[in-house]
Amino acid sequence: MYFPLQDIEAAKLNIDDPEHLRIHSLETFGTHDGPGIRMVIFVQGCQFRCLYCQNPDTLDVRGGTMVELRELVNRAIRQKSYFGDTGGVTVSGGEPLLQRSKLLTLFKMLHEEGINTCLDTNGRLNNAQVHDLLEHTDLLLLDVKHINDDIHHKLTGLTNRATLELAAYRESTGKRMWLRYVLVPGWTDQEQYLEEWAQHFSDYKTVERVEIIPFHQLGQHKWKLMNMEYPLKDTPTPSEEIRQMALGIFNKHFDNVILK
Amino acid sequence: MKTDVTAVPFESGEWNKTIDVYDFVVKNIKPYTGDSSFLAGPSAKTTSLWDACKAELLKERANNGCLAVDTETISTMTAFQPGYIKKEDEVIVGLQTDQLLKRSMKPFGGIKLVESALKERGLKPSDRVIDIFNYAKNHNDGVFSAYDSEIRAFRSKHILTGLPDNYARGRIIGDFRRLALYGADQLIKFKKADFEKVGGEMTEHKVRLREEISIQIGALKDMIKMAADYGYDVSRPAANALEAVQWVYFAYLAAVKEQDGAAMSLGNVSSFLDIYIERDLAAGIITEEEAQEMVDQFVMKLRMVRHLRPGSYDEIFGGDPTWVTESIGGILHDGRTKVTKTSFRFLQTLYNLGASPEPNLTVLWSEQLPEGFKKFCAQASIDTSSIQYENDDLMRPNRGSDDYGIACCVSYQPIGKAIQHFGARANLPKALLIALNGGREEHDGVQVINNIPQLPAGPLDYDMVFDLFKRTMSELARVYAKAMFVIHYMHDKYYYERAQMSLIDSDPHVDIAYGAAGISIIADSLSAIKYAKVTPVLNEKGLTVDFTIDGDFPKYGNDDDRADKIAQEVTHYFINELRKHKAYKDATPTLSLLTITSNVMYGSNTGATPDGRKAGESFAPGANPMHGRDASGAIASLNSVAKLSYSDAQDGISNTFSMIPKSLGDTREEQVNNLVNTMNGYFKRMAHHLNVNVLNRETLMDAYNHPENYPQLTIRVSGYAVNFVRLSRAHQLEVIARTFHDHM
Ligand code: SF4
Repeated sequence: MYFPLQDIEAAKLNIDDPEHLRIHSLETFGTHDGPGIRMVIFVQGCQFRCLYCQNPDTLDVRGGTMVELRELVNRAIRQKSYFGDTGGVTVSGGEPLLQRSKLLTLFKMLHEEGINTCLDTNGRLNNAQVHDLLEHTDLLLLDVKHINDDIHHKLTGLTNRATLELAAYRESTGKRMWLRYVLVPGWTDQEQYLEEWAQHFSDYKTVERVEIIPFHQLGQHKWKLMNMEYPLKDTPTPSEEIRQMALGIFNKHFDNVILK
Repeated sequence: MKTDVTAVPFESGEWNKTIDVYDFVVKNIKPYTGDSSFLAGPSAKTTSLWDACKAELLKERANNGCLAVDTETISTMTAFQPGYIKKEDEVIVGLQTDQLLKRSMKPFGGIKLVESALKERGLKPSDRVIDIFNYAKNHNDGVFSAYDSEIRAFRSKHILTGLPDNYARGRIIGDFRRLALYGADQLIKFKKADFEKVGGEMTEHKVRLREEISIQIGALKDMIKMAADYGYDVSRPAANALEAVQWVYFAYLAAVKEQDGAAMSLGNVSSFLDIYIERDLAAGIITEEEAQEMVDQFVMKLRMVRHLRPGSYDEIFGGDPTWVTESIGGILHDGRTKVTKTSFRFLQTLYNLGASPEPNLTVLWSEQLPEGFKKFCAQASIDTSSIQYENDDLMRPNRGSDDYGIACCVSYQPIGKAIQHFGARANLPKALLIALNGGREEHDGVQVINNIPQLPAGPLDYDMVFDLFKRTMSELARVYAKAMFVIHYMHDKYYYERAQMSLIDSDPHVDIAYGAAGISIIADSLSAIKYAKVTPVLNEKGLTVDFTIDGDFPKYGNDDDRADKIAQEVTHYFINELRKHKAYKDATPTLSLLTITSNVMYGSNTGATPDGRKAGESFAPGANPMHGRDASGAIASLNSVAKLSYSDAQDGISNTFSMIPKSLGDTREEQVNNLVNTMNGYFKRMAHHLNVNVLNRETLMDAYNHPENYPQLTIRVSGYAVNFVRLSRAHQLEVIARTFHDHM
C-alpha cells in the first residue's frame, strides 16, 4: 500500500464542520465528468487505493481546503447561464461519499437554484445516508473498477461488493446513471472479465451510457510530487487494439458506449 | 440555369415606393429553422476556380505577401480593364484590377504612404501620378496642415495610435443590396430628389450635402460603366438570384476599387440574397448546387480583395486583413429569425473552399436563433476557427435597428441608415504612466500634459492615483476629440467614400467610434495599487521604470468584482469625457475596447506598468484579461469581460477565446453542444463579442515551424481572423503564448 488508509479520520470527514466541504480543487468548465458544461468540485479524501490513481494528491483525508457550501453554490450560480439544459455541478474526487451528509445539503441547495447535480463515485458505501444523497443526485457516475473481486481488491485495496450493491440500488430507484471503466493494460483488459462486467450490467435500464477511460500517464508527475512510489509507472496507455477490443465487448451489451 | 421559367413576384410594400431594403427583407424573408443537411458541396467550376486562386495565393506568399502592383493607374471603378480568374468557370465576375491579386494605388488617402509601400517593393508611382499630386491635395496632407502641436505630441508619443490620418478610415458600409433591388437608375432618381430637397438659404451643411449627393450620383453612373465593361446592365434591378449576387458584388467592388479603408465591410447581404435564391429555387430556375455555386464564387471573390499597404501598417493590422465583414443571423423586431438557408450557404463556404479569414463571418447571436443554425455555427467554429459571434440580443434593443451589420470587427452599423467615423484608439496604460509621472511621457520625460502634479515618493495611494488618472483621461479625451474632428473633416474633403455613400441615405446619422486599448492592464494596475503595496522604481530623471509590488491583488479575468469594477469604472469615465467634446458632423461618440493586432505594438511602446507587466510586454488583445492572469477557469474569465457595460462601449467589446478541441468534450456532438452552451451562457450575461478559436497549441507551433503545410490555417485574433502563416513571427508567437483554455 503506497499511502496508509485513514479509516478513523475518514469517518470524521462526514460529520466535522457540516457547513464546509473539504475540497481539492474546482474546475469551472468541466466537459468530461457528466453531460454538458459543468462546474466540477474535486473533493479531498479517498478510501480506495487504486494503483492507477490519477489524483493521488486527493487521497489524504486531512489535505485540501475547507470551503463553505454557500460559497460553492454561489459560484455555481455565476456559471449557471453556461449550463444550458444539460450541464450543472459534478462532485468528483477523491471520493465524494466520504462527505455524503454535506453533499446532501449541497445538492439540496443546488436543486433550489435549479442546478442539475451529478455525483462521480467509486460506490464504496451503500447505506441510508448514501441513498438519501442519491435521491438528490440527478445523474450518478459510477466507477466500477473491476468485476472480479480478487483483482478489484488487488487493484484498489478494497472489495467491489459495495459498488455492485450501490449499482443495484440505483437501478431499483429507476434514476439515471452512467458507468465508467478505466482500461489499464495488464490490470483491467482481460477479455473474460470485460465480458463478465458488461454482462453484469447489460439488463440495467438506468444505465444511459458507459464510458471507457483509457489509462494514461498524465498523473505520474503528481506521484513524484508527493514523493510516492508509483506502482504503474511503467504501464503503457492501452494500445488501439486493446481499446477496440474493450469497445467491441461493451458495444455488444450497451447502446451508448463512449471510448474517451 | 433554366431561363424559360418566370418566378413569382415579390411581396410588395413600402419598398416599391421609396428606398427601403429593410421593408423588402421583412416582407419577403423566409426564415429557416432546419439543419444543415440540405447543403451542397462545391461545383466543378468552383473547385477549378479555387484551385487557380490557391496557386496564385501561394505565389503571393512566396513573393513577400504581394503578387503584383500597378504603378501607372489611380484606381477607380472604371480605371482598369475587366479582370478574370478563369472566365469560363466564373459565374460571378469582377476583380479590383485587371489581374487576380494585383494591388493598385489609391493615393487620395495619402500619396506618401503609397510611395513608401511601393518603395519597399523596389517600385515607385509613375511620373504622371506623382505629378498629379503636385497639384492635387490628399487626405494625409489635409490632416497635417490642420493638426496642432498637442495632437502631434500625443501621436508621436504613442498615446493616440493608428489614427487614420495617413490611410483611409474605412468602416463605412454601403447598403450594397440597393443596387440589386433598385438598379442604379432608380437610385440616381432618388438621389436627385434628395438633392432638390436641400434648398432655401445656404448653410455650410447644405452646401456640403449638395456636393456630396452630386458626387454620389457620379459614383452610381460609374457603377453602371464598370458593370457594362463586364457585360452587365446594373442600371436596372437584378432579375434573378444570379444577378442579385452579381449586382451586390459589383456594388461592393465599386467600393474596394476606389477606397482602401482599413475595414471595408459588406453588411448583411446573405439573407437578402436568400430571397432571390429561394424564389429561383421554388420556380425551378436553379438547383441547390447552383445556389451554392453563386455563394461560393461570390465569397471566393471577397477572399481575393487586396489593398496596397506599407510594412508599418502590419503592426496595427497584422496579416493583411480587409474586414469584409458579413453579419449573419440575428432576430427581427417581430420575433422571426433572420437565419435563412443562405445563412447556412455562407458558412458552408468554409467547407467548400476551406477555412479563411475573409470574409469576416460574423454571427449575430441570439438565444432565439434556431437550434440547427446554432449547431452548424459551432461545428464550423470547431472545424475552422473562422467565425466570430456578437450579441444580437444586446445590440438590437440597445441600438434600435434590426437591420444592421458589423463594421470592421465589433461595430454596430444600421445598414444604409447610419455610418461611423473610425477613431482608432487611445493607449490607456500609457495615459496611466503619464499620470504617475507628473504629465511626462515615461520614456524620455517630455511633458505631454500640463497641470498633473508629481506624486509624492513612496508607495502609491489609490485615491490619489485614480484622481490623477482621471485628469489625464480628461485631457486625453480633449486632444483625441480634436484629432478626430480634423481627420474626418479632411477625409470627407479629400477622400470621400462616394461609392458607399451613394448607397446610403443622404445625410445619415454618424457615430464617431473612439477606441481604448489596455483595459485589462488598467484594471490590474489600479487593483494592485488598491489591494497590494505598489512602489514606483524611478530612474535618474525621476521617471518610472518599474514597480515593486508587495502582496497579492485581485486580477481582472477571475470574475472578481474588486478588479472587474475598476475596468467598468474607467470605461465609463473615459466615454463620458469623450462625450463632452464636439465631433465633426455632430457625430455621436461611441467607444470600443478593441486592439486589432496592435496589442503587440502598444506593448512595445509602453513602459512597465503597476500590475507587474514589464516594459515592452504585449497588451492583452481587446478586452481580454492579461495572459495567464485569468487563473480561475474559462467561465470566470468570460464573466469578467461580460461585466463591461455595452452602454459605455457601444462600438464593441472584443474578447478572443481560444480552446483546445478536447476541452469542449469527448465526442463531436458534445463539443458542438458545449460550444453552443458557452455562447448562450456568455451572451445571456450581456456580453458583446466572442472570437472563437478551437485549436491545438501544437498545431500552431507546427504551423509556425512549417508554414508551407498550413496555407489556410485560420485563427481569430482581435475582432477579425487571419491566415496564421501571414502574420509576422512576433504576432505568431504572441498568439501561441496567449491563454489557451485547455483545462477549464
Ligand atoms: S477511487 Fe479515484 S481517487 Fe480514489 S484511489 Fe481510486 S482513482 Fe484515486
